Amino acid sequence: MSAQAGHQGQISDVTADQVLGTMRDLLVDMFDVDADKITADASFDSMDLDSLDLVEVSVKVEDAYDIEISEDDLKDVWTVGNAVEVVLSKLQQTADA
Amino acid sequence: MSGRRVVVTGVGTVSPLGSGVATTWEAAVAGRSGVAPITRFDTQGHTTTIAAEVTDFDPLTIVDKREARRSDRFTLLALASAVEACAQAGWSEGLPHPGQRVGVIVGSGIGGLSTLEAQLKTLSERGPSKLSPYCIPALMGNAAAGSIAMRLGARGPNMSTVSACATGSHAVGEAARLIRDGIVDAAVCGGSEATVTPLAVGSFAAMGALSARNDEPSRASRPFDTGRDGFVLGEGAAILVLEEASAAAARGVSALAELAGYGASGDAFHLTQPDPEGTGAIDAMRAAMADAGVEPGDIGYINAHGTSTPYNDKIEALAINKVFGPGGPAVSSTKSVTGHLLGAAGAIEAVFCVEALRNGVLPPTMNLDDPDPECDLDHVANAAREVQVEYALSNSFGFGGHNACLLFRRTSA
Repeated sequence: MSAQAGHQGQISDVTADQVLGTMRDLLVDMFDVDADKITADASFDSMDLDSLDLVEVSVKVEDAYDIEISEDDLKDVWTVGNAVEVVLSKLQQTADA
Repeated sequence: MSGRRVVVTGVGTVSPLGSGVATTWEAAVAGRSGVAPITRFDTQGHTTTIAAEVTDFDPLTIVDKREARRSDRFTLLALASAVEACAQAGWSEGLPHPGQRVGVIVGSGIGGLSTLEAQLKTLSERGPSKLSPYCIPALMGNAAAGSIAMRLGARGPNMSTVSACATGSHAVGEAARLIRDGIVDAAVCGGSEATVTPLAVGSFAAMGALSARNDEPSRASRPFDTGRDGFVLGEGAAILVLEEASAAAARGVSALAELAGYGASGDAFHLTQPDPEGTGAIDAMRAAMADAGVEPGDIGYINAHGTSTPYNDKIEALAINKVFGPGGPAVSSTKSVTGHLLGAAGAIEAVFCVEALRNGVLPPTMNLDDPDPECDLDHVANAAREVQVEYALSNSFGFGGHNACLLFRRTSA
């Protein structure tokens, strides 16, 4: 997995599909999750990932997009789609700042 | 002694001599060294640049990627050793005893040091928000015991011993006690260590404990030899499956050996130096024999602690001579080829004792070219000795003044 996968074009132009792609690459690389199972609707629970796994994924996502994700940001993250929304919202905050 | 006897029904190891007991034993008997230049980190600036590394281990043969990410190397080495030991014991299809009747005691002298070092680097370079959530569960010294129990469904007493270089022997001895006391019917026990890291190598070197014979790696560990200049750091794990003898017999499993006695003592003298009179070592050896109800003359072989440090070997030889007198048992130190596995040393050396009893062969002390006159023993020097002994004693003495001796009896025909 390339940690740079998220850096496609301007940060503000990053799309949900690109973030989903980054998440998919990370999850496959880190946990051998079947890539076909990684959709926006897929829950982390269904991939047998627990809260510690999620924290580790979030650190990788932070590196990929140069954002900060707090523990609080993760409290409503259950699906890959939820995580993508957090990333997009953080990117938007960065762009607005 | 209680009426309950303890037998070894399975052994496993991942060692600098190879993966698996068969490979490791064959190399030990042949005197093939596992010591080489360090590859696990850049040794620039270090006075010691050699170690006995495990070189042929792929954790993904034992665990999935997820568990490999979560675990320190010492836990993965222990898991692989446990899988082998349990397969030999006939446990591959599941525990033959109720889960709560199977204990796990697996220790590590230091624990997940490579995890600690990597995470400290992350902390200092990138800040606390980048620390891994697996840091603590990976580095804690009891991680191997917990992981093995999860793998097996072993729900009996579960713990880790920590007594430096006596860790593995204490784990095996205390596990045997659980069985003899009727707490469990079987136990998975041993030790694991993975500390070929910059911090450990540098720190042991700072103590003056390591051999600096960097130009001759395979000749660096030379227990009882006049030219010895310190130990060689090794890594690896060894696990034994112990079972109550009648329970093992009832399921038709043949014992590899009996764990007939266990003796432990403390020096109460110095954190890193042995008692110059060898009192603690003597007490532990005598306690193991008393536990088994045997006399010094019954012991045919001692797998010595034999670290290749000037002081340990001299004091251990003194202690052995005080206990056994002239004409004592054959003695060798397999650390001459494995290096010093610290918390796993007692466990792998217990495995060597079991194999010596089973095979009628005593593994040699290699590099014993010029035996130190102050280490006057019946050395199995530089070549294995074919002799069938009935009892084999394994000595382990750890920094902190921890002494543990395991006494194995031959059971094979």
